[in-house]
Amino acid sequence: MLPALSVRQVTKSYGQGPGAVHALRGVDLDVAPGEVLLMMGPSGSGKTTLLSIMGAILRASAGSVRVMGEEVVGLPERRLPSIRLRHIGFVFQGFNLFPALTAAENVAVALDIRGVTARDAQRRALAALDAVGLADRAPHHPADLSGGQKQRVAIARALVGEPGIVLADEPTAALDSQSGRLVMDLLRRLATQRQRAVVIVTHDSRTEAYADRVVHIEDGRLREAA
Amino acid sequence: MPSLSRRNLLHDRVRFAVTLTGIVFSVVLSAVQLGLFVGFRRATSDLIAHAGADVWVMSRGIGNLENAVAFPEQRLYQVQALPGVAAVQKHVIAFGNWKRPDGAEEGCLVIGVEQGGTMGGPWNLVEGTERAIDAPDAVIVDALYRGKLGVSHLGQVVEIRGRRARVAGLTRGIRTFTTAPPVFTSFKHAQGYVGLREDQTLFLLVKAVPGVEPSALAARIEASVPDVTALTREAWMARQQDYWMFGTGAGVSVLIAAALGLLVGVVVVAQTTYSSTVDHIREYGTLKAMGATNGYLYRVIVEQAVTSAVVGFAIAIVVALAAAHASQQGTTAIVIPPAMVAGLFVLTVLMCVAASVVSIDKVTRIDPAMVFKG
Repeated sequence: MLPALSVRQVTKSYGQGPGAVHALRGVDLDVAPGEVLLMMGPSGSGKTTLLSIMGAILRASAGSVRVMGEEVVGLPERRLPSIRLRHIGFVFQGFNLFPALTAAENVAVALDIRGVTARDAQRRALAALDAVGLADRAPHHPADLSGGQKQRVAIARALVGEPGIVLADEPTAALDSQSGRLVMDLLRRLATQRQRAVVIVTHDSRTEAYADRVVHIEDGRLREAA
Repeated sequence: MPSLSRRNLLHDRVRFAVTLTGIVFSVVLSAVQLGLFVGFRRATSDLIAHAGADVWVMSRGIGNLENAVAFPEQRLYQVQALPGVAAVQKHVIAFGNWKRPDGAEEGCLVIGVEQGGTMGGPWNLVEGTERAIDAPDAVIVDALYRGKLGVSHLGQVVEIRGRRARVAGLTRGIRTFTTAPPVFTSFKHAQGYVGLREDQTLFLLVKAVPGVEPSALAARIEASVPDVTALTREAWMARQQDYWMFGTGAGVSVLIAAALGLLVGVVVVAQTTYSSTVDHIREYGTLKAMGATNGYLYRVIVEQAVTSAVVGFAIAIVVALAAAHASQQGTTAIVIPPAMVAGLFVLTVLMCVAASVVSIDKVTRIDPAMVFKG
């Protein structure tokens, strides 16, 4: 089976010459559909940089990144939003919901960007909220939701566009342990049932139980956990 | 999908109120100033517009209505003899001195209409008849200036340049651009009120034979009658308006105030839109990370600006029209025609869209990687 994400000899440097900072040094990584990959490492190790590159948000200095089979390194800047739109769903540490919109509208935004009609977007947003167990919270604004509920809304938003890959940055960091478990359960289930490749950057060792594979990154280099 | 921009506007109600206040202030200021400009412009040329003459004849080189120079009334017969002329009347418009019943003096604009003539007379009569001025010493004044002229009732006797005058009628809404109220009287009395000799006139009002082009007739008069200028009604109105609006600088200052109003609007809307954009920068970053194009983000910002413009304009135009309505009771009219309303609406929308350019620039520069920073 083709990997959903394939990273080959990716490097990322900031600056040039002797003062250059090397955030990533020749990283190789594949993530298969249905797989949950945990990426761990200390602060400044390069994990968020790698996540950004895999998400076609940041450009690699060298190497190859294939997203659902499409090479993104070397693509012009203007083509990257389309890659993200079609293939990638993001879950952020701080949820990044729109406070002025209801839970359903927050999810529907992801479809509005894709040009889906309002009625269709509303229907699909409600279905996505139902899938994360929040159908009854659809008309509520983020301010009226708990942290765990907000993150589940964010997961519904990441998945509503049917991307092949979900990239999650510290999805449990702002949550209590029970909410964190709920969120990880959800990501695990989505990966298995919907065959999504899920990459999770985390410091939280309690999440390891939900992963198929754990990789550690340090000083821009990757190593598989024993 | 509900509009993110409109939801953001309603979510930040205080900011929205500030934005609307800025737009309302700006549009009302601009509308009132432009309305004053139109009202002033109209007031400068109302006497020409309503006179009913196709061509005005005056001494050569006259720049404006109120400063005409006398010429011999024999010119009337020379004009009358020309082909294409249906009727000619002598006419006076000049400043005079009105002595109120309490002894105070006021400047006035004396308008002398030939007895039995069909051109140059008063209109909008609310008391008395147009022909009342044919009676001895009779004058017709405008009700808007009753207080200024000290007129308490019809039949009141006053003095103009030391000569007796009796108020025989009232009009409503005939304004002049200067502070001098219009006073209609017969041509003969007007000669006395403004110090003209009996054989002098200030203007000739000419009616063209149907089918004769007024501009051609004016050219023929100038070519045939010595030392006179002949202007069509439109050309004379334009000259009069230009003199008062731009020659004196009065209109320019009003237009500058209107432009400043719009500028205030641009600044207020730009400032509030920008601060709103900065406050929502993380949301824009999230949209960008999710794959939204710059065009999508521009649409959100421009929609926000246009919504503000439409709501602000709706409030402002009601206020401005109310002010215009109220001004009809005074000597300075604010005139806001439908074309101005339409033009101001377009300007308001453009102003708000232009004000959002700075925010658009800010959003264009957002690095979507910001979403991973804390």
